[in-house]
Amino acid sequence: MNNREKSQRFPAWASLYLVLTILVLAFGFYQAMTAPKEATMGNLYRVFFYHFPHTILSFVFPYLNFVAAFLYLFWRNNHPRRALAADAFALASAEVAVLYASVGLATGMLWARAAWGIWWAWDARLTTYLLLWLLYVSYLLLRGLTSGNQRAVLSAVLAIFAAIDVPICYMSIRWWRTQHPAPVFGGGADSGIDPHMLPAVLWNLAAWTLWGAFVLGLRYAIERRRQRNSLAEHTDVSLPASPTPVLEVR
Amino acid sequence: MTYARHVLTHVHKDLQLEWRARELINGMLFFALLVVVVFSLAFDPTSFPTIARQISGGLLWVGLLFASITALNQSWARELHNSVLDAQRLTPAPASALFIGKAIANLIFVSIIELVLAPVFAVFYNLHPLGQGWLLLLILPLGTWALIVNGTFFAALSLRTRNRELLLPLVLCPIAMPALLAMIQATTNVLTGEFDPSLWIKLLAAYDIVFTTACVLLFETVLNAE
Repeated sequence: MNNREKSQRFPAWASLYLVLTILVLAFGFYQAMTAPKEATMGNLYRVFFYHFPHTILSFVFPYLNFVAAFLYLFWRNNHPRRALAADAFALASAEVAVLYASVGLATGMLWARAAWGIWWAWDARLTTYLLLWLLYVSYLLLRGLTSGNQRAVLSAVLAIFAAIDVPICYMSIRWWRTQHPAPVFGGGADSGIDPHMLPAVLWNLAAWTLWGAFVLGLRYAIERRRQRNSLAEHTDVSLPASPTPVLEVR
Repeated sequence: MTYARHVLTHVHKDLQLEWRARELINGMLFFALLVVVVFSLAFDPTSFPTIARQISGGLLWVGLLFASITALNQSWARELHNSVLDAQRLTPAPASALFIGKAIANLIFVSIIELVLAPVFAVFYNLHPLGQGWLLLLILPLGTWALIVNGTFFAALSLRTRNRELLLPLVLCPIAMPALLAMIQATTNVLTGEFDPSLWIKLLAAYDIVFTTACVLLFETVLNAE
């Protein structure tokens, strides 16, 4: 087996990690379904165990994207190979951010329909969260409309702008009247949840963190392979020339 | 000092080009006027003065946003003729001076549109502000700069991509959203006189400072992206 084939295999540790992630996901699901019923909402509140980890994590991936974009701009002149890896990581983290924000929006809307009677309210927190989603969708669109080296540079610049924009959006929570409940954790004296629900929250947070890291790593590996293939296409001069030009010469 | 001179040279060049062609201002002006008329189809402004007061701040800024998007692409596309932009990249003058000059010229163009559009708005939508009207003299320039500084930057960013006309609004609108929120809230508060707009003015000022810095620092990277 040559080196190239070896690098394209799914490594053993990744399989182990995937198994572990699925086990924790299953246990998180069990915890979420067996946690005590909520006083006013009954079983409907259980969507919270999915809404909470996804929304929290969708505020983490944008910062990974920011760091990767910054490193790309920092390395692109002196360490082009490292810069390519940073670009692949930026792409992967932006895609996972959009994925998690989409799940967060969807579960949030399901919960809003049950709790408030409407699918969507234009209050500050929902609006800023939708903006986060829009920002990273526009990042992916920019990547789609550009190509080559230009794509990496321009999308890295946009990623830095988006990362600056996220906290400005977030601050407006405190400035605009809000319909969303005050932050469940650390939101004041009577915030927090019943201690019996805490294991379910933490297990689900752990499970979706592991899963997010897995999807991120997988997407990164795929993008790295795509980069290697396109580099090989552009630089491999040892390939035999196709017969068509020879025929033309004759 | 030399930096200020470079900026002024760029502003002067853009103003002179616009004075000779008058493409951007005429186009933007007519477009903004059309937006005013189209919005008046959506609701009857003269019969419902309270509703008109509540939403016309938003309509004004949406009209200005659309109008400036149409012009911003053109303001950079001019530099592509005869490879002027490549010549700009070769000059030893700092790249950010080119950006600041272009942004100031665009600010002047859009301010002219506002000077014409604001009275038109007041007449067509039967408006008279119930709050402190003089605050609009602060809100309009701050809000316009917020749109223009990012708009000029992202127009330069999308200049050499496929579908640049399509790309600019797609990347500009999400980034400009907090500024749009602040300028619409501030204008509405002045028109209705119900709340104090000072918080939103502060947010606009902070947004302007943060994003002007980011644009100036990153412009050279964008200009030389190949």
